[in-house]
Amino acid sequence: MTDVAAWRPTASREALESRARQLAWVRGFFAQRGVLEVETPVLGHHGASDLNIDSVRACVLPVAAAPATTAWLQTSPEYHMKRLLAAGSGPIFQVARVFRDGERGNRHNPEFSLLEWYRPDFDDRDLMDEVARLVSGWLECEWPEIHSYRDVMRRYAGIDPFAATDREIARRCEEWLDPAEFPGMARDGYLDLLMSYCVEPALRRSGPTFITHYPASQAALARVSTDGDGYPVAHRFELYVNGIELCNGYWELTDPDEQARRFAADNAARKRAGKVEMPADQNLLAALAAGMPCCAGVALGLDRLLMLKLGTRDIADVLAFPFERA
Amino acid sequence: MASYSTNEFRSGLKVLLDGDPCVILENEFVKPGKGQAFNRVRLRNLMSNRVWERTFKSGESLEAADVMDQDMEYLYTDGEFWHFMLTDGSFEQYAADAKAVGDAVKWLKEQDVYTVTLYNGAPLSVTPPNFVELEVVDTDPGMKGDTAQGGSKPATLSTGAVVSVPLFITIGEVLKVDTRSGEYVSRVKSS
Repeated sequence: MTDVAAWRPTASREALESRARQLAWVRGFFAQRGVLEVETPVLGHHGASDLNIDSVRACVLPVAAAPATTAWLQTSPEYHMKRLLAAGSGPIFQVARVFRDGERGNRHNPEFSLLEWYRPDFDDRDLMDEVARLVSGWLECEWPEIHSYRDVMRRYAGIDPFAATDREIARRCEEWLDPAEFPGMARDGYLDLLMSYCVEPALRRSGPTFITHYPASQAALARVSTDGDGYPVAHRFELYVNGIELCNGYWELTDPDEQARRFAADNAARKRAGKVEMPADQNLLAALAAGMPCCAGVALGLDRLLMLKLGTRDIADVLAFPFERA
Repeated sequence: MASYSTNEFRSGLKVLLDGDPCVILENEFVKPGKGQAFNRVRLRNLMSNRVWERTFKSGESLEAADVMDQDMEYLYTDGEFWHFMLTDGSFEQYAADAKAVGDAVKWLKEQDVYTVTLYNGAPLSVTPPNFVELEVVDTDPGMKGDTAQGGSKPATLSTGAVVSVPLFITIGEVLKVDTRSGEYVSRVKSS
């Protein structure tokens, strides 16, 4: 049976107006700070290499009747924006439409709006301060507290994510799943489950919270250093507001050799998981080799920001047409 | 048999889990941005009626359960089985055992229509309508002239169900009862 109302938008007129106001507010925020708005390709030759982010494949015929080229809808404008930084762009921001396969839920849509920005000479702390200014300014909410990944895991999941063994972490998850039925799930997979099942729900009941210093295995493209107890930690941060994950930021990795190693490690993990491998973006590696300035960057979900502004827990309420109606 | 992937899970979907038919009550997709995606699913096991919470890796699938809800008229019981007939004009009959009939037994009135859930073609459960109308066959004598005052007494209905009724109810009256709570709703005006 077809839904007779399926042609209609799921967002109210009020939500559409708020979306327009939010966009204008964001642009004003960066204009005031001298951050340049840029646009980079949505359709790229490289997809994301992250184990848990799947790019949407596109089939492109750059010249009619020529053999088709596989391209990828971008999961974030990160690689392209870093090439602009290496070319001397200075501080830049972008409001990008990005695409991720296999992501649909109350807080996910396969196509969504990402606000991504980069700040040369900022470190993670400086950029967290700017994120806090933007988010608390728009949402009129409290200034976020800052807690380390290790602290929130200890407090809300009752486990030390750095000291615990793989076996202890898997056992902690037996409340929800039988590890025997999840062969191949690695330590980080179990930690992700604890993040979703223990930490996020707890953060719904507290004020805006930055989580910082992720395990080095979850560094993605952040630089890694050693914490006071000798554990390697990533200079990566996330902001949660009402338990909703709003952004993910890094003090960016600028070393091309380390970047190449991470691409290789990602692809090894993708291969183990039976996923398509993503060749390293040589243009990104060349840009890093040419010298990307020391900088911090962050990607913030604009649809979720609007959900928080309007107090809804369903992303469909802020999208004109979620994927089912697209 | 068809199967459903986690992205098709929605409430009301009937699936097989550990060999038992279950109905999905809730499906929550959770995924930290850079992390592993899971589906956190609440299901009711239709055999035991117990609610389970299970976690699936996003993208996994479950086999569909051949479970169908059908409107059927209750005919009679032979003591071992309760016999129902499809109301679609086919006159097809089904025999439900005591386990399938369950608590619905106390609301079964001949010729009334019930929802019979079939699993692989056999009755799995019987659900009465939210409201049924049944005759009082036994209760203490009524107290005349005091209809407004509170107070209640037990009354036995024609199906054997015992409900708490106001004091003014008398034998032979027909009552409207809410089957979900087992509570008296009102008298049914006799014509």
